[in-house]
Amino acid sequence: MPPQLPDGVPLFAYLLVSAVLFVLGVAGFLFRKNLITVFMSIELMLNAVNLSFVAFSYRWGKVDGHLFTFFVMVVAAAEAAVGLAIILTVFKNRSTLIVDDVDSLKL
Amino acid sequence: MLDAALFSLFAFIAIACGIVMVTQKHPIASALSLIGVMGSLAILYLLLGAAFIAAAQLIVYAGAIMVLFLFVIMLLNAGQEPPARRTSLLAKLLGIPLLIVLTGALSFVVMLAFGHGTVVKFGTGTPGSAEDVGRALFTTYLLPFEITSVLVLIAILGAVVLARKEMD
Amino acid sequence: MQHLWLIPFLPFLGFLINGLFGKRLSNPLVSLVAVGASALSFLWALKVLAALAPIGQTHVETYFTWIQSGPIHVPVELAVDRLTAVMLLVVTGIGTLIHIYATAYMAHEDGYYRFFAYLNLFMFFMLTLVLANNYLLLFVGWEGVGLCSYLLIGFYYLKHSASTAGNKAFIVNRVGDFGFSLGIFLIVVHFGTLSFPAVFEKAKAMPVEAGAGWLTAICLLLLAGATGKSAQVPLYVWLPDAMEGPTPVSALIHAATMVTAGVYMVARSAALFVKAPVAMEAVAIVGLLTAVLAATIGITQYDIKKVYAYSTVSQLGYMFLGLGAGAFSAGIWHVVTHAFFKALLFLGAGSVIHACHHEQDMRYMGGLRSKTPITFATLTCAWLAISGVPFTSGWYSKEAILGAVHAHHPWMYWIALVTAGVTAFYVSRSMFMTFWGEYRGHAHPHESPVAMWAPLAVLAVLSIAGGFLFDIPHILEPVFPRGEHGAHDLTLEIIGSAAGLIGIGLAWLFYVASPGLPKRAAEALGGLYTLVYNKYFVDEVYDATIVSPLIGGSRALLWKGLDAGVIDGAVNGAGLLAAAIGGGLRRLQSGNIRSYATWVVAGSAAVVVLLGVMGGAR
Repeated sequence: MPPQLPDGVPLFAYLLVSAVLFVLGVAGFLFRKNLITVFMSIELMLNAVNLSFVAFSYRWGKVDGHLFTFFVMVVAAAEAAVGLAIILTVFKNRSTLIVDDVDSLKL
Repeated sequence: MLDAALFSLFAFIAIACGIVMVTQKHPIASALSLIGVMGSLAILYLLLGAAFIAAAQLIVYAGAIMVLFLFVIMLLNAGQEPPARRTSLLAKLLGIPLLIVLTGALSFVVMLAFGHGTVVKFGTGTPGSAEDVGRALFTTYLLPFEITSVLVLIAILGAVVLARKEMD
Repeated sequence: MQHLWLIPFLPFLGFLINGLFGKRLSNPLVSLVAVGASALSFLWALKVLAALAPIGQTHVETYFTWIQSGPIHVPVELAVDRLTAVMLLVVTGIGTLIHIYATAYMAHEDGYYRFFAYLNLFMFFMLTLVLANNYLLLFVGWEGVGLCSYLLIGFYYLKHSASTAGNKAFIVNRVGDFGFSLGIFLIVVHFGTLSFPAVFEKAKAMPVEAGAGWLTAICLLLLAGATGKSAQVPLYVWLPDAMEGPTPVSALIHAATMVTAGVYMVARSAALFVKAPVAMEAVAIVGLLTAVLAATIGITQYDIKKVYAYSTVSQLGYMFLGLGAGAFSAGIWHVVTHAFFKALLFLGAGSVIHACHHEQDMRYMGGLRSKTPITFATLTCAWLAISGVPFTSGWYSKEAILGAVHAHHPWMYWIALVTAGVTAFYVSRSMFMTFWGEYRGHAHPHESPVAMWAPLAVLAVLSIAGGFLFDIPHILEPVFPRGEHGAHDLTLEIIGSAAGLIGIGLAWLFYVASPGLPKRAAEALGGLYTLVYNKYFVDEVYDATIVSPLIGGSRALLWKGLDAGVIDGAVNGAGLLAAAIGGGLRRLQSGNIRSYATWVVAGSAAVVVLLGVMGGAR
């Protein structure tokens, strides 16, 4: 007899996944050198948070969490557009996408 | 049981793609694994009963934003990262311990709050349909909705201004 | 409403005009404003007194409230009673005469307008002092005259000795003023008011204090203030140095008016002093000591102004002695007569100095009887008055004081008597050295202009006749009831007059009959003579014990230690701290994006940990 798997998934599992993805996003944000990769890590963090919202929305049985997720997505889209435009400009001026090389403000 | 299986599978895929994204050298590979993450997240949304959000995730995130990323990567011809020349000492020392702390703290907080209780079963997540989301969007959250439309407009303007050629 | 305020205000107006516009005005115009203001003040005072005569009750005029703080109410209130009337006439009358004199004396000086502006300002403050009806307003006048004294002593500000003398006067006065302030504080504490009528009413109802209680403390502190202002022991050291100022200043401020402010204040506070016998005794002893000390120093000095300065100190001692013996009206009488003859002596000395082209050393004078006859005649009147020749003004007041002292403590009487003889001696000495014998100087002495000898003449008449013209104790009877000093004792009067005449005779012997005698006497007395000639080295002692340690301590501790070290250190330290913190925080902006990112993550991790510690996300 296969072990009796629980019926349904406990909510905190979703939250745990969200936490792990968030931390992975932070790791990418800290340790990658390519500007675009750093930006993608930010997107990963946003996604993790979205998951968290939807999970809580399930918990309370309301639709507000979904709406938050919706707005986060809109903002992420806008941010992605502008951010990538900035990256393009940085590349045009510095000819590099390495984060460490954009250091005119250094001591 | 199906819930658990599906959840485990797609959670695993999401985390795996996340790790791949963070560790890969080539940005294209990172972008593609990010798409994978988003896809699995869409399934997880569906498991939670958020049909509209799942669709939006796939259409907006995976379909538009990530494609934009791919376009930019290809436009800039971003190749593999050269080996690090000068890194922040602070980042090297504090980075991993910080992450561990962060993970632990987050999990702890989550456990405190939701260690017991709710169980997610597929099909029980109401509301979540487009109708429900729409109703809330155009009544309770009308103002934020209008504001985000302005925000998007500004973002378009910003992107256009930033990316155009220099005026000679 | 007699508009008493005009009496001090007119000189103040003169000060304003001369002070603000005097530089652009011509000398005659400046003189007109100054003398006019003083004269008008005198005439208004006469008018007021004539209107109020006979002044039975005190006439009070309240103008506005100055301080209203809890139970303390201090109005700006001027009052006239008989004592004030006497002082008013002396201050304005002699003040006007000296103003007239000064127009000629200072005619060739730079800063002519400045001199008269200060002189008018002095009149304003002195009149405020005399007219005040409460201790605080009196103190305002008190401080004001001290300020004017400083300004006028240091009038020749380019001369180092003059400005130093001005500082000395002001600082020594300040020591006395500190005591005075403490006295005022205690009056407020114990009487709840500073108004003269109120305080004296309460004092009259009190019993005589046996031993030394708080009333004695108040009176002793008031005495301390009077000691500073009226140049008594131990705070007299500024008066001789004050002779650096122009001679009209010495005459007005340091002979006739300002230095008598202390006497006036003690006399005004008579109601307090009579209830504190210990303080009265202190007043008498201080006065006696000062009289003796200054008289002995006066014998040896060669600068004519210094002789008269020590004479002033000595005569002030007499006034205090009279007050201390209970003869308040006698003390005030001596204030009046002293104003006459001492102002005359100083103005005459000024005339002599002017004649000898600014020579002040008596050793270079002599034989001026024929060369400056008017000056000689007028100074003779002052000489007779101060020596106590019978029926001169000085004789009346001196006999009144000596009589009271005899009734009080006979031993004080004998000392005061000998000092009277010494007084006659040194004034006669100065007269003989100046006017007799051969002229020993290098200038061509000539008589002074009429603007200078006319006031001398007026004062000469007053010095001789003022005694039987104005019976001051009779005038002051409502304020100081007769019976506080003994009746006229003919024996004492004869002895007193004899002392004066013996003094004159001895001086004749030393300085006219046998001129070599002083030198031989000085050599014979040797060390004693040196001690007295050097003013008992009091200035040097003060310098060593008080002044030098104070300056040294201030320099080392307060300046280098506290000011430069602590305060500047703190301020600089604050700056350095800000710079250091800034320097440290600057490293946050490293330009390295990843370190920024690390800080962000660290911050958010901290927040989450805090959340967990505080019990979760509920």
